[in-house]
Amino acid sequence: MAAFKKKLIKYMPLYIMLLPGFLYILVNNYIPMAGIIIAFKNLDFRKGILKSDWAGFSNFEFLFKSPDAFRITRNTILYNLVFILATMIFSVLVAILLSEIRSKKCIKLYQTVILLPFMISYVIVSYLAYAFLSSETGFLNGILKSLGLHTVSWYTEPKYWPAILIFINVWKGLGYSAIIYLASILGIDQELYEAAAIDGTGKLKQIIYITLPLIKPTIITMLLLQVGRIFYSDFGLFYQVPLNSGALMDVTNTIDTYVFRGLMTLGDISMSSAAGVYQSIVGFILVMLANWFTRKYSSENALF
Amino acid sequence: MKKYFQIIINIIMALITLCALVPFLLLVITSISSNDSIIRLGYSLIPKDFTLEAYAYIWKEKMQIFNAYGITVCVTAIGTIIAIIMTLLYAYVLAKPSFPGKSFFSFYIFFTMLFNGGLVPTYIMYTNYLHIKNTILALIIPGLLLNAFNVILVRTYIQNNVPASLTEAAKIDGAGEFKIFARVVLPMAKPIIATVGLFIGVAYWNDWQNGLYYITDNRLYSTQQLLNNMMKNIQYLSSNSASAISSSAIANIPQATVRMAIAVIGILPILLIYPFVQKYFVKGIALGAVKG
Repeated sequence: MAAFKKKLIKYMPLYIMLLPGFLYILVNNYIPMAGIIIAFKNLDFRKGILKSDWAGFSNFEFLFKSPDAFRITRNTILYNLVFILATMIFSVLVAILLSEIRSKKCIKLYQTVILLPFMISYVIVSYLAYAFLSSETGFLNGILKSLGLHTVSWYTEPKYWPAILIFINVWKGLGYSAIIYLASILGIDQELYEAAAIDGTGKLKQIIYITLPLIKPTIITMLLLQVGRIFYSDFGLFYQVPLNSGALMDVTNTIDTYVFRGLMTLGDISMSSAAGVYQSIVGFILVMLANWFTRKYSSENALF
Repeated sequence: MKKYFQIIINIIMALITLCALVPFLLLVITSISSNDSIIRLGYSLIPKDFTLEAYAYIWKEKMQIFNAYGITVCVTAIGTIIAIIMTLLYAYVLAKPSFPGKSFFSFYIFFTMLFNGGLVPTYIMYTNYLHIKNTILALIIPGLLLNAFNVILVRTYIQNNVPASLTEAAKIDGAGEFKIFARVVLPMAKPIIATVGLFIGVAYWNDWQNGLYYITDNRLYSTQQLLNNMMKNIQYLSSNSASAISSSAIANIPQATVRMAIAVIGILPILLIYPFVQKYFVKGIALGAVKG
C-alpha cells in the first residue's frame, strides 16, 4: 500500500498531464458510445434517456423494413469501393510520374497545387461544383451550349451523379495519397534502378518490376485502412455537393446523410439512431477484420 | 530519348495540376466579373470584363462576413492552441517508457478510432445535457480538440527524437515533469508541433459541421456556415426561378458574383498561407504514412 502511494505521488504530475485529454475523450467519445442505448428506446425527452421506455429491436425493424436501409448501405459501400480503387490507381500513377521528374522546382509546384483541393472544406467544394454545374450559368452548360448541344439540368439528373461524385472525390484526395506513395517510392534504394538501367531495362519495366512491388506494402496498408472505414461515408461530399437535392437522393443518400436528415430535418430520432448504431457496429467489425488481415499480411503495418 | 520522356511526363503532370487548379481559377475569375456578364454568358474561365463590384457590394453592405470572419479567427486560434496543448500533454505521457498504466491510456484513446457512438447520442448529449447549442463553445469543443491520430503521431515523434537520456538528466538535475515538458520536450518537438498544429488549424478553419449541428443564431455563424447558408438561399431562389418570378429579383443584388466573392474571401487565408507552410503538410502526411 505504501509502495502504491509512493508510486502515485511519483507519477502524479504525469496523471495530471493526462487529465484534460482523458476527460475530453470521456465526454466527447465514451459517453456517446453509451448513448447507443437510445436506439433501443422510445426516446421521450421529458422522461430522459434512461427512463424512456425500452423499444427492443423495433427501431431496427422499422429501419430494415424501409427501402432506405438497402439504398443507404448500397450507396455507402459501392461509392467507397470505387473511391478507394480510383484514388489508389490515380495517386500511384501521379506518384510514379512525380518520382520520374528531374526538376525539383517542377515537383514542388505540382505537389503543392494537387494538394490544394485537400485544404478546402466541402462547403467551398460545393461552390466550385456549382460554378460548373449550375443549370443557367454553369461552366459545363456554357460549353454544351457553345457546341450546340442540349444543356443538362445537373442537379435534377441522378444518372450523372455517380460519375460527378467519383470525380470530386478523386480530385480532392489525389494529392494527399500521391504524397504518401511518393514518400514510399523515394524510400526505394536508387541502386536498384541503376543496376536495372545498366542491364538495359526500360522505364516501364523498372516501374513494373521494381517500383510497384516495393511500394506494395504501402498500397496494402492504405487499402486496408480505407476498407476498414468503408461503412463511413464522407458526409460533406454527399451532403454539400449535391446541394441536398431531393431528385438526387436515390444516388446520393448514404448512412451518414440519412442519420443527419433523420435527426435534424425529419426529427425521426428512433430511425436515425438505429441507423447510427448499425453503422457503428458494422463499422467496428470491418475495422477489426481489416486489421486482422493486415496483421496476417504485414504485422508491422497493423494498427494494433 | 530521355529528354522526350521528361517533356512527356511534365506535360501529363501539368495537365493534372491544371485540373486541380481550374475550379479555383473559375471561382476567382467569376468573383471579379460583372454580374451582367455572368447572367448573360454564364461562368467562364475567360474574364469578359473586370470589376470589383462584388467585393464593393460586400464592403458596402458590411455583410455578416466580417462578423463571421471574426468568429472563425477566434475559434481557430483558441481551438488550435487548446488542442495542441492537450495533444502534446497526452502524447508526452504515452511516450514515457516506464509510465504505469501506459497500455491502458494508449488503448483508451486508441479505441476511439475503432468505435464511436455516432451523431445522435453526441448531438443529444451536447445539446440537452451540456447545453452548448448556440454558444461559441459549440464551435470549439465537439470532435476537434483531441484525436487519436495526432496523439499517436506526436508520441511516435517524441519517442524517436527526444532522447530519454536528456529527460533523465533533467530529472537528476531536479526538474519536475512539467519543467521537463516545457523546457526540454517542447523545444525539441517544434517541427511536429508545427505540423500537427497546422492540421488542427485548417480543420478548425474549415469546420462547418459543428455550425450546422449546433448553431442557429446568425451572430455566431463562422465563415463556413455563412457560406453554407448562402448556398441554401441560392437553392431556394433557384428552385423558385423555374416558376419565373425571379431572374429580375435575383439580379437586384449581384448574386452570381457576390456568392463567389464571399467564397474567395473564405479561402483566401488558406490560399495565402498555404504556399509557405505546404512543406509541413507534406512532411506530416508522409510521416503519418510511416505509421498509419
